[in-house]
Amino acid sequence: MQPANLLPLIVVLVIIAFVLGYARSRALAAPLGGIKHLKSLPFYYAARAAMWCGLPALLVLACWLGFEGKVIQTLVVGSLPAELQPDSAGKASLVLSQITNVASGALSADFVPPAIVEASTRLTNLQQSSQLMMTLLVVCIAVLGGFLAWLRIAPHVNARVKFETTLRRIFFACAGLAILTTVGIVFSVIFETVRFFGKVPMTEFLFGTSWSPQTAIRADQVGSEGAFGMIPLFVGTLLISAIAMVVAVPVGLMSAIYLAEYASPRMRGIVKPLLEMLAGVPTVVYGFFAALTVAPFISGLAAALGLQASAESALAAGLVMGVMIIPFVSSLSDDVINAVPQSLRDGSLALGATQSETVKKVIFPAALPGIMGGILLAVSRAIGETMIVVMAAGLAANLTANPLDSVTTVTVQIVTLLVGDQEFDSAKTLAAFALGMLLFIVTLALNILALHVVRKYREQYD
Amino acid sequence: MSTLNTSITTDTAQRETTTQDAVSMAKEKPAEAAIEYGKTVGTPFADDAKFCLRDVEVFYGDTQAIKGISLDIARNEVIAFIGPSGCGKSTFLRCLNRMNDSIDICRVKGRLELDGQDLYDPKRDVVELRARVGMVFQKPNPFPKSIYDNVAYGPRIHGLANRKSELDDIVEDSLRKAGLWNEVKDRLDAPATGMSGGQQQRLCIARTIAVSPEVVLMDEPCSALDPIATAKVEELIAELSQSYTIIIVTHSMQQAARVSHRTAYFHLGHLVEVNDTDKVFTAPEHELTESYITGRFG
Repeated sequence: MQPANLLPLIVVLVIIAFVLGYARSRALAAPLGGIKHLKSLPFYYAARAAMWCGLPALLVLACWLGFEGKVIQTLVVGSLPAELQPDSAGKASLVLSQITNVASGALSADFVPPAIVEASTRLTNLQQSSQLMMTLLVVCIAVLGGFLAWLRIAPHVNARVKFETTLRRIFFACAGLAILTTVGIVFSVIFETVRFFGKVPMTEFLFGTSWSPQTAIRADQVGSEGAFGMIPLFVGTLLISAIAMVVAVPVGLMSAIYLAEYASPRMRGIVKPLLEMLAGVPTVVYGFFAALTVAPFISGLAAALGLQASAESALAAGLVMGVMIIPFVSSLSDDVINAVPQSLRDGSLALGATQSETVKKVIFPAALPGIMGGILLAVSRAIGETMIVVMAAGLAANLTANPLDSVTTVTVQIVTLLVGDQEFDSAKTLAAFALGMLLFIVTLALNILALHVVRKYREQYD
Repeated sequence: MSTLNTSITTDTAQRETTTQDAVSMAKEKPAEAAIEYGKTVGTPFADDAKFCLRDVEVFYGDTQAIKGISLDIARNEVIAFIGPSGCGKSTFLRCLNRMNDSIDICRVKGRLELDGQDLYDPKRDVVELRARVGMVFQKPNPFPKSIYDNVAYGPRIHGLANRKSELDDIVEDSLRKAGLWNEVKDRLDAPATGMSGGQQQRLCIARTIAVSPEVVLMDEPCSALDPIATAKVEELIAELSQSYTIIIVTHSMQQAARVSHRTAYFHLGHLVEVNDTDKVFTAPEHELTESYITGRFG
């Protein structure tokens, strides 16, 4: 049976186990004088039976599916005659794909040695018997588990405690899954980064001022020498993020103050959702807005002022990115400002402070840690933003601090490095992992800083 | 004669208020029967009035919270507002420095004068009013700043000190008056939120008197404090009464008896009785006052 069919079968078995468990616990309770004489409610006995039925079966199924392919492959390849035994990883995969193609009928048996044909038959047989065994095993375990749990239903057993314990472990496993995924991603990025540093020295990557990621395909190729200095990208990222923050922080903060302190409830009810709508606009839309409207406007304006501006400029991307980030800053700051107790406002107003003095001298300092946290989160967002920059700031890795120049960012370069057909072990593609690592470290540092700032000052007005 | 008069005026009062809030009137009826709208027994008026308040009515939306109160508050007296919860004493207190302004649905009617000047004159500067009429709140609300900065806050925004040394003097003086100087003089830079509740409340009083107000409003200043801290704040009120007019809202009748010269009894938005504190607690004129102070309700 296919795993896809096996899953519904397990679900049915689980439901049966639940119903039977429920019925048995009620039946056991009846002679005692009702369910109040059970240690737990019937639901818990039933749920425990269902868990015993479902969880081991699912675990076995998952393990089987995880190891099945590898085991069968090893068996099939191991049974090949000595002259066909692969001597390298590349050859092994070639032989394997030949075998599977023959087995699925994609490759005619006439074109391959008879040993391969034989192996492909063995593969098909093994796969069939494996599936049969898997189905039998899983169903047996489900039935057996459910039956054992059903047998163990007794009035003195506290099924509630056991059910809760199992539930807690399931929750923990889910949390662990998310963490493991993150750790897995980080490690794969680290390994690829280390490989990259095997091809390009780390100092060149960290301190090089020129970015031109090409690698030679032939040894005699012209202009094949790539340069992997990340400084221009990093400076471009910082420049665009800085422009974005210059726009987003004052506007976002002041709109937050307006919303929290000055706006009437009705006004607030209208303005706040509208502001938050900005956050719902897809970044691609911001991107073409930046590329088609803002960038030409800026280069036109610069030309009118007698300045040299390229058609795609850091300023255009930064401005639009700033607008995109406004709702982050304003929404987070608004929450923080609202969390400042009303008693502090009253205290300040009662001393004869005006509303703006109260905001400036009491509310703002009290809310500052939270506001800083919000701003740092917004910075992480700005650094990670890609689409707007791709469309509005260009791809040229210029090392410049002039906002009218075209620059590029770390994220944009990662995109361009990996778009299209690539060899996955050239310095060019591996550079993407190194850049990803860099980005990860920077945003992680910012997040840690934000958390630290928020935590350090949080309890000030409690 | 007096019963006849009472029944007539209650009729009119009820007609007026029934239109305001028919539902709550039904519940209030038994107590309401004994109150005349806008009439207060005892001695609500004074010759040398700091505050002169006439026919004050306060509405929250459609609900009338204060029902035609007329009262004089004399210079340098301590007057206590007592009454059951929800009777409007805090609302009335907050009219006196216009702290109700920040509540959108709140409307204040009637004549409210401080030294003969209308409090609710549209041209009136609220900042100047609040500098003259300070307020201490129910829960201590020190700013999350240092002790020094808390006291210096008012003087700084009002420009009361030209030099650092003048500001230092104001801070020291205020803390001394609040009886806090000896406890905090060595840690003026410590955060005010790290002090005990009683110290925080005295700090709030120091902060209020640092701007040299003429009147100090206190809204249940001891309700969040333990008995020892309460005793200290009460001592402080007694000392402050020599230089300030103090209006204190309290739930503790013992406190009212200990600190105040006059006591005003509020009931469901009405000012029922105002008399010398001794008289209120020994021989109240109004039966509702008597019921309240003897603990029959409230």
